[in-house]
Amino acid sequence: MEYLPNIIFAIILIAGIGYFANNVKKLVRNIKLGHKVDANDHKSERWKNVINIALGQSKMVKRPVSGFLHVIVYVGFVIINIEVLEIIIDGLFGTHRVGQEFLPAALYGFLIGAFEVLAVLVLVSVIIFWIRRNVIKVKRFLSSEMKGWPKSDGNIILYFEVVLMCLFLVMNATDTVFQSANSGNVISQFIAPWFNGFSLEALHTIERTAWWLHIVGILAFLNYLYFSKHLHILLAFPNVYYGSVEPKGKFNNLEAVTAEVKLMMDPEADPYAAPPETAEDEVPAKFGASDVMDLTQVQLLNAYTCTECGRCTSACPANLTGKKLSPRKIMMDTRDRLEEVGKNIDINKGKFVDDGKQLLGDYITNEELWACTTCNACVEECPVSINPLSIILEMRRYLVMEQSAAPLELNNMMTNIENNGAPWPYNQMDRLNWKDE
Amino acid sequence: MSEQLKVPTMAEMMAEGKQPEILFWVGSAGSYDDRAKKITKAFVKILNKANVDFAVLGTEESNTGDVAKRAGNEFLFQMQAVMNIEVLNAYEVTRIVTCDPHSFNCLKNEYPSLGGNYDVIHHTQFIQELMSSGRLTLDGNTYKGKRITFHDPCYLGRANSVYDAPRDVLKKTNATLVEMKRHKGTALCCGAGGAQMFKDAEPGNKEINVLRTEDALETQPEIIATGCPYCNTMMTDGVKFKEKENQISVMDIAELIANA
Repeated sequence: MEYLPNIIFAIILIAGIGYFANNVKKLVRNIKLGHKVDANDHKSERWKNVINIALGQSKMVKRPVSGFLHVIVYVGFVIINIEVLEIIIDGLFGTHRVGQEFLPAALYGFLIGAFEVLAVLVLVSVIIFWIRRNVIKVKRFLSSEMKGWPKSDGNIILYFEVVLMCLFLVMNATDTVFQSANSGNVISQFIAPWFNGFSLEALHTIERTAWWLHIVGILAFLNYLYFSKHLHILLAFPNVYYGSVEPKGKFNNLEAVTAEVKLMMDPEADPYAAPPETAEDEVPAKFGASDVMDLTQVQLLNAYTCTECGRCTSACPANLTGKKLSPRKIMMDTRDRLEEVGKNIDINKGKFVDDGKQLLGDYITNEELWACTTCNACVEECPVSINPLSIILEMRRYLVMEQSAAPLELNNMMTNIENNGAPWPYNQMDRLNWKDE
Repeated sequence: MSEQLKVPTMAEMMAEGKQPEILFWVGSAGSYDDRAKKITKAFVKILNKANVDFAVLGTEESNTGDVAKRAGNEFLFQMQAVMNIEVLNAYEVTRIVTCDPHSFNCLKNEYPSLGGNYDVIHHTQFIQELMSSGRLTLDGNTYKGKRITFHDPCYLGRANSVYDAPRDVLKKTNATLVEMKRHKGTALCCGAGGAQMFKDAEPGNKEINVLRTEDALETQPEIIATGCPYCNTMMTDGVKFKEKENQISVMDIAELIANA
């Protein structure tokens, strides 16, 4: 029975990581429902983006208050998690604070001291975040798409972090050996006196409880990610890597259209020629996107990465003037629909069975799509290189090229371009008249 | 405009066996829209004054297809692009300047993969170039001390990261340049982009151009400077909506420089 705690620990660890891995597999499968994207170009620029934008948080700090607080939580999260290494080793091998044995006392004290200071800073930041969401009510957290689950999700993450940080500090404060060594207990020494009247045994029980809850909490949090907006802590990195390295104004040219236009314009082309029979040249079933499977893998990764901060929406000219369009909602809808499709595949043993629903109409309305000015403010704002505009454009393409469902005025404009090469009904031959007016 | 403008066409140039140093892409707004035509002429005035060897396509120019693309009509865009590229390549055009950031973005970024590779610049970049090479000098101090605020066009600024050229040019007029709260990367759209120019806005509580005009009015400007014919229309309408058209004028940088 001596090894019972070690065995229990190993089981919890394996179960925690195993369940998460299983969900990651689903996530990858869902993302792969999208079209493949060739992102083998600009490798050095992509890595530079990962370093500056993802690791360096360069876009986060453009809004100084939330940016600064976020950097604290981010740095705290990354660094305090070094402690998890020790916890795992201790848990598996029944050691206690194995770092103390292997590291010089001064270094160990310094590390734990740094973790403690960061834990307090994270606590303070997280509490300010909570106040911003629930007391001050920062406008971008109040939009209609933030009602219900997204609102709870945001708060649950904050509670998780508060609890984890408190457990870490209590664990240190009630560790009598650690306290008596008096190295690295920069914060916990002030918490220790709260437990002054407790017996040694009670202190030990509290310490053990905090230790167990801390590691179980971390595993629970890890598994919570998949069901939460909080996936960004992992996906921000690949997402920034795959983000666009082109000028923002450059919209992709649909290759399938190019092929058809070339055929139309080429007097030599044989309109009755059979299309080449390679898989690469397969004409897509449709132009544009009406559902998540029509989007690219990068766009679907974007949807999973979005942490619903709403910076995009707070900069969107359409949203600022009361229109229904919210770029954040575009991303949330895309993820919700993708999850729905994923569950459909789970239930139907690996095959998607038509559920009579799609992203267009059931999630995103035409009204939202037509309100976009394609100004790229949302793309510019996103701290992790998400591009809501590309999804809007892809869905407009579907509306126009597959359904001829553009607003009447736009149809008139396009007819004019077709007939006389200008969006207005003016004669092509009058194009130079301005010269003599 | 009193003096006669010299506007050679590519066809005329070719007939004379000449190749201009740059093609001026006038664009649909610049060709047909009454307000935008004034910008076109102002820019030609600058080109003439600086003795720039340029030409236009005239009746051989057609819409870039930019607006069709943003509206979702990729077919129409590519048809227009392929047609224009055929003409541009036949004239062996290498360099293009335009007063329309939408044409600028489209020609620069979206034509290359369809076979149209040109060095494309915005007119504010070209004016800056003319000034720094000494080909264009400003006499007089028409705008000395005037408060000017510049509205960044989305397709020049955010879309292509051109923020300095228009500002550098404006500074040369000795005007006092005042920035709106939202400027450069965070500049608010005028409301015309993405084909909105050609349709009514979706239901909301305000027009985008009014909101953007309010941004501009906060700086208490005498002049709102623009670098896009569509922005110009939107801001002009916004100023009228605010009943400030007697105090504040909305002018393209080409117009400001042509008068300086």
